[in-house]
Amino acid sequence: MVKGFRPETLKEALKLRAQYDCLPIAGGTDLMVQKARGFALKPDFRKPLLFIGHLPELQRLEVINRQIHIGAGVILTDLLNSETIPDIFKEILALMASPPSRNLASIGGNICNASPAGDTLPYLYAMDAQVVLQSTDGERIIPIAGFITGPKQTDLKNSELLTKIIIPQTEFDINMYRKIGQRKGMSLTKAAFLGMANVADGKIQDIRIAFGSVAQTVVRSGKIEQSIVGKSTKDIVKNISEISRQYAALIRPIDDARSSAAYRKKVSLRLLEEFFVSNLAKVSNLRKAQSKGDIE
Amino acid sequence: MKIEFTLNNEFKSINVDPAQRLLDLLREDFGLTSVKEGCGEGECGACIVLMDGRAVNSCLIPAGNIIGKSIVTLEGFRKTARYKMIEKCFLDAGSVQCGFCTPGFVMATESLLNENPHPTDEEIKAGLSGNLCRCTGYNMIIDGVKLAAKRGNGLW
Ligand SMILES: Cc1cc2nc3c(=O)[nH]c(=O)nc-3n(C[C@H](O)[C@H](O)[C@H](O)COP(=O)(O)OP(=O)(O)OC[C@H]3O[C@@H](n4cnc5c(N)ncnc54)[C@H](O)[C@@H]3O)c2cc1C
Ligand code: FES
Ligand code: FES
Repeated sequence: MVKGFRPETLKEALKLRAQYDCLPIAGGTDLMVQKARGFALKPDFRKPLLFIGHLPELQRLEVINRQIHIGAGVILTDLLNSETIPDIFKEILALMASPPSRNLASIGGNICNASPAGDTLPYLYAMDAQVVLQSTDGERIIPIAGFITGPKQTDLKNSELLTKIIIPQTEFDINMYRKIGQRKGMSLTKAAFLGMANVADGKIQDIRIAFGSVAQTVVRSGKIEQSIVGKSTKDIVKNISEISRQYAALIRPIDDARSSAAYRKKVSLRLLEEFFVSNLAKVSNLRKAQSKGDIE
Repeated sequence: MKIEFTLNNEFKSINVDPAQRLLDLLREDFGLTSVKEGCGEGECGACIVLMDGRAVNSCLIPAGNIIGKSIVTLEGFRKTARYKMIEKCFLDAGSVQCGFCTPGFVMATESLLNENPHPTDEEIKAGLSGNLCRCTGYNMIIDGVKLAAKRGNGLW
């Protein structure tokens, strides 16, 4: 029988984490599948389990100084039902797993599992989210991009738990998310694209672009984004093939059971073009027309 | 590990491996065989039960995660007026063929209508997107849910 710890408080959990070589488990939707041994059998856990999904300290969801603080144990359903979560993030969450598994799956589990196909990650990268890691020695707050170090790899120390995710409360006028999967419901991502931007006076004020499932970790380039900011949407659309070439160099997908590298790359770049050509250009033309009084 | 929880409205206290799947606990230890194992990896919904009123996949839940929770399986749910309405409507709409997937669909339907008593077709499809059926082709199941929402007006 595998040992299980079920602390009542975060403090107790951190003490156990410091004392024993144990495996944190929240909803279990990743772990129970990864450790499954088959029909009617107990999963194969080698380490004592540290149950943390129920800890009240990890269930909070609040806005502090225009930042959304999400407890690591908050389940996807509760994020979907929350008024605090921006619509674009809800759109992403609604396409994850299925209603019964979203009633179990925690946001902290999605992050710590660090799958290249983890669907919350492109959004968290694009928003410059930070993660709060706690141990009995204290806490560290680091950017999500620094926390995820590779496919299924994080910078989590053996004594730490992820306790909170902090997302700046910024919303964008233009948002586009596409998840490419085998089917609409419950499929793992072959490729994901997220584009968000603010446009004023025909010029791009802020832009965030992230690709999921097409490299070791999320692809986001501050350099390319910075080169786009300040330009007019017209110029951007004219230059789309150059931007596309720059991203093409960063998109390095793999062939696997779900899809081929070539398909993943092609579809990702097409989605990028769709974002610029259809969404950005259309919205900014509409704005211009609106300000001229052509359209109500 | 000592696990205390409520099963079909009865308090239970057991000593089990905390990694044991709720699915096996229900089938093997409590003989509740409405809970089916289809895939064992969260994809098919045959193992769906209610945990604190919400549909969950019992194949994904380690016993350590049910402490203090209320678990309801079809065996407990069938005593309710809501169940009787779903049963009648599933029968009338032809929502059941071999029946293997049916307990999971019934529990998912209860969870869906509990949250949203008058779902649109799209909302029904999204609400049941965690359930697979190899027989009916889904249309008749969606019809069954629609019928239950209509005839069961006020039950949810
Ligand atoms: C049928 C099915 C469909 C799925 N569909 C999708 C999908 O569409 N998109 C997607 O991205 N994912 C999907 N998943 C994967 C999974 O559901 C998510 O990654 C989920 O968010 C994991 O959360 P959890 O609480 O269940 O994690 P767990 O399984 O409990 O844990 C996952 C990992 O994180 C660690 N961990 C968890 N919480 C903490 C913490 N607070 N501190 C430190 N370490 C921690 C655990 O030790 C483990 O290594 C799917 C899974 C299933 C079974
Ligand atoms: S057996 Fe649990 S979802 Fe298939
Ligand atoms: S009725 Fe046979 S699997 Fe659904």
